[in-house]
Amino acid sequence: MPAGDLPQVVPSHLDALWFQVTGLRCNLACHHCFVSCHPKNNTFAFLSLADVESRLEEAAALGVKEFYFTGGEPFLHPQIVPILIAALAYGPVTVLTNGTVLKADWLRQLRDAEEQGIYSLEFRVSIDGFSPESNDPIRGEGTFVRAMSGVKLLVEHNFLPIITAVRTWSDAAESHIVAEFVHALKEIGYARPRIKLLPTLQIGAEESRSCGYADHDRITAEMWAGFDSTQLVCENSRVVSDRGVHVCPILIESPDSLLGKTLAQSLRPFEVSHGACFTCYQFGSICANPSSAPATGKDR
Amino acid sequence: MTTRIACFGGIYNNYLALEAAIADAQRRGVDQMFCLGDLGAFGPHPDRVFPLLHQHEIQVVRGNYDDSIGRGLNDCQCGYTDPRDNHFAQISYDYTLQNTSSENRAYLCTLPAEIRLEIEGRQLLLCHGSPRRTNEFLWESTTSTSFLNWLADQQQADLILATHTGIHWGRELSNRRAFVNVGVLGRPANDGRTEVWYAIISVDPHSGISWQFVPLEYDFRRLSSEMTAQRLPPEFIETIQTGWWTTCLEILPAKERRWGLY
Repeated sequence: MPAGDLPQVVPSHLDALWFQVTGLRCNLACHHCFVSCHPKNNTFAFLSLADVESRLEEAAALGVKEFYFTGGEPFLHPQIVPILIAALAYGPVTVLTNGTVLKADWLRQLRDAEEQGIYSLEFRVSIDGFSPESNDPIRGEGTFVRAMSGVKLLVEHNFLPIITAVRTWSDAAESHIVAEFVHALKEIGYARPRIKLLPTLQIGAEESRSCGYADHDRITAEMWAGFDSTQLVCENSRVVSDRGVHVCPILIESPDSLLGKTLAQSLRPFEVSHGACFTCYQFGSICANPSSAPATGKDR
Repeated sequence: MTTRIACFGGIYNNYLALEAAIADAQRRGVDQMFCLGDLGAFGPHPDRVFPLLHQHEIQVVRGNYDDSIGRGLNDCQCGYTDPRDNHFAQISYDYTLQNTSSENRAYLCTLPAEIRLEIEGRQLLLCHGSPRRTNEFLWESTTSTSFLNWLADQQQADLILATHTGIHWGRELSNRRAFVNVGVLGRPANDGRTEVWYAIISVDPHSGISWQFVPLEYDFRRLSSEMTAQRLPPEFIETIQTGWWTTCLEILPAKERRWGLY
């Protein structure tokens, strides 16, 4: 990178394609959401099954490795089950949900589809505390009990959901909190709980909960020198909304995140000039599953 | 004429399984033997692996563990974030680093990141994780066929051979090409069996590429007692004795994890 220019990430390949399948529509309005998801947020439209199918074809031609479905809450989409089943024919699928609106009939269909195919269907369920007292002030009254019911339903259908929690506690408290999470999950019958912890992203709703990013919370040319950019989601992923193809799910609301109408067009360099890019720089591929996140270390 | 090669994935210090695998492959009359890297990890006596590889002229690809041990890094570069996985991975790594001679560490630094072969007119690429990244996990359930075809196009390879995940699998690709994860000799495949697995690849000018996964019995009781004597964690020994993984579980995708006990 020439001195004085902003760091740019040049994508190497489309490893992961994300779908903003319900736009930003969510049944919850969490205080730390990195995008402004809300029951009445109609900024983006839902993607249709046909939209998703045409993107799956496009992605397969580019050699995509896996798919992620997010929103908003994907399970508010009336066609979410056929959409996920369609995607499972092309590759592994992960769906990010708050777990509060899952239905047994849907999970039966998804379980059958996963069993009959090659690929994994991962559920990532967002729960931000191991009790109503620690979770509900962030995610809303009654959400802990509802989300844990969703986890129980998933476990009963032989899924192994990854519980995703945003770190809203101190480093010193972490081991205690993880132990409490494990205990709470085992209590509802989840014998081998999987937990993924995420850093907070100080944008969207979280910006007003905490303080947002300061001007100096940016990736500088000096920091960029020698950095392994494959650690960033934008190096190998893109996200589809009804408007086109964006650089990453975190920046979906930023106008500069929209990179093109087609996936091929969108695979162009992106200036990592946002505060959220700084968090990604610090913590690596926070959005990816542990089974596919590029590990730090020797690159080829 | 059909050419057959034996491919051994991660040895993880399990020199007893390597010894048994070499003898087994020789009995089956393979033309050549290769190791796809990660000589060190869970097992005892790291230095006992090296003479076997040298004596039998086995070409070795550099794994992430070999890179770390060779260069004396702080960890194995598997990228765990779960504190429990990190704890056990670090014990395994520190033990191997402390017990690998400087001569063998120097040898690890000479290993190539990939080996390319032409057999019966077909292009083979042997690597550790993936052709693009030594420590990339390519699991059966999280690797699309589209991606593997793209890799094969990029690498101009008819057959890509890898390891790193610890569980063997293979898939046919377009244009009679294939991808095979050859498994590992270092520990069982999280399948409740004490055997470990390696792969025999056959390349025939007419019928093309085929592969066979070979379950391998070895003296796992002796390995277990040597691990105990070396004060390696009981969790590692349990895996050797039961065939179920007890550590490094975080990186397993849902399907592969569901097959296991933990």
